[in-house]
Amino acid sequence: MALTNEIIRSRLMEKFGEELTGWEEPYGMLTFTSDKNLNLKVLQFLFDDPELGFQFMTDLTAVHYPNQEGKELAVVYHLHNLKENVRIRYKIFTNIQKPDVYTASALFSAANWMERETFDFFGVNFVGHPNLKRILNVEEMEYFPLRKEYPLEDQKRTDKDDEMFGRD
Amino acid sequence: MSEHVTLPEGNVEKHTTTINLGPTHPATHGVFQNIIELDGETIVSAEQTVGYIHRAFEKIAEHRVPYQITTLTDRLNYCSSPLNNFGWHITCERLLGIKTPKRVDYLRIIIMELARISDHLICNSIVGVDSGAFSGFLYLMQYRELIYEIYEEICGSRLTTNMGRIGGFERNFTNEAFGKLERFMKEWPPALKEFDEMFVRNRIFMDRTIGVGPISAERALNYGFTGPNLRAAGVDYDVRIHTPYSSYEDFDFTIPVGSTGDCYDRFLVRDQEMWQSMEIIKQAYQKVQEFKGAEAEVYHADVPDFYLPDKKDVYTKMEALIYHFKIIMGETHLPVGEIYSSVEGANGELGFYLITDGGRSPYRLHFRRPCFVYYQAYSELTKGGLLSDAIITMSSLNLIAGELDA
Repeated sequence: MALTNEIIRSRLMEKFGEELTGWEEPYGMLTFTSDKNLNLKVLQFLFDDPELGFQFMTDLTAVHYPNQEGKELAVVYHLHNLKENVRIRYKIFTNIQKPDVYTASALFSAANWMERETFDFFGVNFVGHPNLKRILNVEEMEYFPLRKEYPLEDQKRTDKDDEMFGRD
Repeated sequence: MSEHVTLPEGNVEKHTTTINLGPTHPATHGVFQNIIELDGETIVSAEQTVGYIHRAFEKIAEHRVPYQITTLTDRLNYCSSPLNNFGWHITCERLLGIKTPKRVDYLRIIIMELARISDHLICNSIVGVDSGAFSGFLYLMQYRELIYEIYEEICGSRLTTNMGRIGGFERNFTNEAFGKLERFMKEWPPALKEFDEMFVRNRIFMDRTIGVGPISAERALNYGFTGPNLRAAGVDYDVRIHTPYSSYEDFDFTIPVGSTGDCYDRFLVRDQEMWQSMEIIKQAYQKVQEFKGAEAEVYHADVPDFYLPDKKDVYTKMEALIYHFKIIMGETHLPVGEIYSSVEGANGELGFYLITDGGRSPYRLHFRRPCFVYYQAYSELTKGGLLSDAIITMSSLNLIAGELDA
């Protein structure tokens, strides 16, 4: 029997109940969220459960929502069950003052560099990561450039009016 | 004769040698640095440093409108730019709910498979160079030139192509373009056959690559390998089959897989993929030729909000002028949405994770770059091997610095 979004959802609800929230299906991809401290339990269950079997990590990244108080940073996991060919998206939100999130690098070797990249650009502190340091930017950098408060270019420039081209 | 120097008491002799491979080393084919710890000639550990050509594409993309982002995607895997361009266009089309005409899909497939050939051709001949066989590289280069001439005829540029638009191509393929494609289809297979004869059963090449830098299917999956590197380890995952895009479901082709995941298997998988790409191109060209009359003139979908109108219409028609202005100035708003869309890039699954908030540019755009994900396995692949094996392992992974560093 094909693994449908309904089956995945009911299997997860059976295990975690009301702990999982925010069920959505944008463009057909099952999306849900949970408390950030549950992330390893959820990922491990998705990995181990014989029915679910989400054992391939496609992508891990973060998104910054400066207006969501207490939930400014979202860490987004894209997982893939290659046998059934189903993808899901799992998000956790963390505050920006103390962005501690448990690392998934013990479960997925692929998460190692992806978490370093996420740390590099958003400052998400992956607790337990074996080598959490900057990867693409220089080590001396003091800020996390993909956060929304950092402008793309030097704001003192007067020769260019960015308002006409995209986001102001 | 020199005497053996005895170290002062309390000092420990260092048995390993640290060497820097890269960032500008002729054998690394790009800006890669590896700090390698050697015991004699055996690698004890290798630590990669990446980011030398990081250009903050994800940040720039948050301030650009879709057609301006196409030029950023060119510079990811620059050995097969059209694949990235179309990957981005397909992501936007999925977000906007645009259905492209069949002829556009088939034309795209011709170009995407040409791009795959040009990428694999470079990778495989570089594996040859790193094993000591230089002539294959020089010999195949002239066939990449034929592919680039086709690109040039279609979009005007060769390496960073910026090809196509949301909805299709900027203009119809000319007869010269099809003529150049026919020439390539005629001249390339004999050249590839000759290249195969030179390498595939070559004793020296086999000894040099079999069992070098192997990875098991299980480890490869855990490391997030995709593309030819994963298939060489024996997993038949291919986005073209698993999540068909651009009408790949209309084509009949096979996915070659290896078993050991070593350099030789990676070479063979890429080699067979080039033959399969030729099959796909043949089928696609035939399908394109079957369109007659008005259908044979279709080269884009009808999406006035994102597809630039013809220049002559801009000069003569009010509506076309308005759309032209709106698109160029980035006045068109994207719908609110969140989508992950991927294509089978030349070295793996190239994914675009796009979040829009109703503004003109993406709220967040993340590129899932295949070689960034699998390069982290390099340390594990080379450990215990020889230094010369590390070089050939690196070239057989098909690492592209532009994609790695985004």
